[in-house]
Amino acid sequence: MRMNKEASTEARALDATKKVKNDIILISALLLLVLIAALALFLFRVTGDTVTVGVDGKLFGEYSLSEDRVVEIKNGNGYNILVIEDGKAYVREASCPDGICSSHRPIGHSGESIICLPNKVVVEVHTQSQSTPDIIA
Amino acid sequence: MKNKRSNTKKIALVGLAASLALLLSYVEFLLPPLYAAVPGIKMGLPNVVIIYVLYCIDVKYAALVSATRLILSSILFGNTMTLAYSVAGAVLSLLIMAILKRTDKLSAVGVSVAGGVAHNLGQILVAILLLDTPQIAFYMLVLTVTGTVSGIFVGMSGTLLIKRIPSDKIFRLR
Repeated sequence: MRMNKEASTEARALDATKKVKNDIILISALLLLVLIAALALFLFRVTGDTVTVGVDGKLFGEYSLSEDRVVEIKNGNGYNILVIEDGKAYVREASCPDGICSSHRPIGHSGESIICLPNKVVVEVHTQSQSTPDIIA
Repeated sequence: MKNKRSNTKKIALVGLAASLALLLSYVEFLLPPLYAAVPGIKMGLPNVVIIYVLYCIDVKYAALVSATRLILSSILFGNTMTLAYSVAGAVLSLLIMAILKRTDKLSAVGVSVAGGVAHNLGQILVAILLLDTPQIAFYMLVLTVTGTVSGIFVGMSGTLLIKRIPSDKIFRLR
């Protein structure tokens, strides 16, 4: 009886280390996935030439990144002030309470975006030329 | 008679656990955002209670506690928008945790890590649907890392609770 109990606690301890090992595998797999995704995004980024502004899922406007300008995006009571400067776009000022969009760094690569959830505004960089990244070189 | 008494006990237990989880939501609500550029980064403190209930009682009770906590915390500190995000996160998180716990291959830490990441994934999916902008998926990069880290801490706290508060002795549910 006692032997049995000892054996079972030993089995449980073994089981526990195996589980911890599995935990570590899960955690490393998740982190590795993020690393690979981030690396892929970084390697295959392309400089964009236009920026689109969407409000509440609808297109508000499309602007070239090569000309500097200031756009005021109005949506109901909210506003975001978008600045295009040196081929990059950023939100200088916004009415939203969290200020996530205005603290976002300037964006200039294709696919990059600034999203303001409270005002439902999405600013996204695109490429018209659709030049595919040079994978071989 | 006996059945009635055990029901009362269960109701009391769910209430107790839900209020604890609610309190932890409030603590989390008071903390300043860790990294303002990405919304949704949270410690996931209420998940400590959910993990405990999941391990010491069962999934049904964990779901009850989670639902009570969600409804109360969105009435008290949120709005209907945040409720949609929270519900999606909580449902997906609990589903994944229950499945992984059942497979019995991970410890509570691993289960909690998967639950944390699943919570973020659920919220991101709802955000993509509600705002119709797939670009939000990029947030998942940062959120996976923060979800993993907070999941480790939550899982460790949960493990401590499971060890120190043996439910069978205190609650005598069965």
